[in-house]
Amino acid sequence: MENKEIIESLQRKFSASILDVSAQFGDDTLLIDKAALLDLVQFLKAKPYEFSMLLDLTCVDYPDKDDRFEMVYHFLSLSQNLRIRVKAGVSETDLTIDSLAGIWKNANWLEREIFDMFGISFNNHPDMRRLFMYAGFEGHPLRKDYPLRKQQPCIPLRNSDVD
Amino acid sequence: MLTRIQKEAQPESLLINMGPSHPAMHGTIRIMLELDGEVVRNSEVEVGYLHRGFEKICENKTYFSLLPYTDRLNYVSPLINNLGYVMTMEKMLGIEVPERAQYIRVIMSEMSRVSDHLTALAAMTMECGAFTVFLYYIKAREEIWNFIEQTAGARMTTSYIRIGGVKTDIHPDFEPLMEKAIVMTRDVLKDVSGLLDKNKIWIDRTRDVAVASPETAINYGFTGPCLRASGVSYDVRKAHPYLVYDQLNWEVPLGEKGDNYDRYLVRMKEMEQSLRIIEQAAAKMPKATSSADLIAKGMEPAEAIKTSRSQKVDAAIQLSPNLEGSEKRSYPDIVSGKYSVPPKEDTYTNIEGLINHFKFFMRGHGIRPPKGEVYFSVEGGNGELGYYIVSDGTDKPYRLHLRAPCFHIVSALEELIQGHYIADIIPTFGSTNMIGGELDR
Repeated sequence: MENKEIIESLQRKFSASILDVSAQFGDDTLLIDKAALLDLVQFLKAKPYEFSMLLDLTCVDYPDKDDRFEMVYHFLSLSQNLRIRVKAGVSETDLTIDSLAGIWKNANWLEREIFDMFGISFNNHPDMRRLFMYAGFEGHPLRKDYPLRKQQPCIPLRNSDVD
Repeated sequence: MLTRIQKEAQPESLLINMGPSHPAMHGTIRIMLELDGEVVRNSEVEVGYLHRGFEKICENKTYFSLLPYTDRLNYVSPLINNLGYVMTMEKMLGIEVPERAQYIRVIMSEMSRVSDHLTALAAMTMECGAFTVFLYYIKAREEIWNFIEQTAGARMTTSYIRIGGVKTDIHPDFEPLMEKAIVMTRDVLKDVSGLLDKNKIWIDRTRDVAVASPETAINYGFTGPCLRASGVSYDVRKAHPYLVYDQLNWEVPLGEKGDNYDRYLVRMKEMEQSLRIIEQAAAKMPKATSSADLIAKGMEPAEAIKTSRSQKVDAAIQLSPNLEGSEKRSYPDIVSGKYSVPPKEDTYTNIEGLINHFKFFMRGHGIRPPKGEVYFSVEGGNGELGYYIVSDGTDKPYRLHLRAPCFHIVSALEELIQGHYIADIIPTFGSTNMIGGELDR
């Protein structure tokens, strides 16, 4: 089985939600409407394609685009030995997207990282907190408008007796 | 502010903090534990103590100058990190690497894998009290690092694998040191197998501890030895072959249960396979066209620079083979494309070379891949090490993201240690081979 076949069947099933299909540098990529994300990944995860592993989940910031943020998902099918990339735009006015934490457990941390670095919050995420940065951190470091050498304000010393 | 575990904890249980600066924690990571006697009822892992903003820094560096940062991700197998980044760039730029360089890359990355596994197991066994085994492993790793140092010039932060090939040709006298490293590692593996494989204490400590079923492992995105310990046969070198791995003879060892013992055993077996790969690659490696005169005979460097002030220098210049650009004649064997640093002997002695050098390093020039995005992964010490790069056509990456294999494995730690004793936390943590630089980036 090849990615082409999978993409064709996806296009038949989710024709309204798939906005673009491309294959640059040999990586098959789908750009989808974020509303269809959960249905589409569950379809990919089920038989016969079995994209059972969420390889990677990240985000890219394009300040000039209509949909400022672009979520990028990489899936791996162990049985078909295929990888596929799914992208979904998230606009600045509605910084939310459905969480995959209910389907893949590693999405829990991956989405926390995105929340931390880009400020996108995930619907139905079990534990939406920052992952790498501390609770009083201001801003989202991987956004393009966050300066490289920005200084953070001092936060009060955390004292367990006061908490 | 309350942490999750403080909210969830039952009133009678004991809350205790392990880390971030705990003597047994390799790397700064904090585990908050909810204990029932000595049994872990629930836990919460807090990471980010080593976050250095790798991805943000990369957006502000040129493609060439960010290479040394990749060394510092997984600092026990830096060469594989170099390889992952460099091969992603090559996929984007469409470069074919010379065959000799491919074999050198295979040898170097397998050596790194062995040193990675040795370090992981050394830490894991030491924490179960097997200090002798720790010293054995480190003894073997020392020989491997000697071999790497001979060619790359550095032991850990090598930056040896470059876009288009490797920095310099492999050292002309590499074979004795390679042989020594292989023999030493084989001896150590044999000794350690004898000491641990059927050792009652070791088996009691590791069998059926922190079991990850195949479903759990896949669901958490495990790759590498931890996934294979659960019995899932997935190795990037076999599934999506790169370099010359498909021309070599080797096997993928698998575990049965996915517990700590299997993770130990899979790593032990994998090292054997890596040594096999190294031996085959060294035997099959094409000869350098000019191997006989790898060490340049010719003018002294100082004399050449002095001469270049009055006239053009045509003669070869005497430099050590481990200096960049020392041997122009051996370049076609190990580097292809225009994406390597121009030979230094040209830069210092003639104007064309100087212009090439200037153009390579000047802001806005240098390496400029086409617009687009690319994902490529190699088999790292911990699993699938993937780079996702978005290029906007300039000399800096628009976005660079690393798929860190141990990130996914450590995110399962809470589930793995649940229901086990405190004493089992540290060996479990060791078996996941958490590397701070890679996890926190």
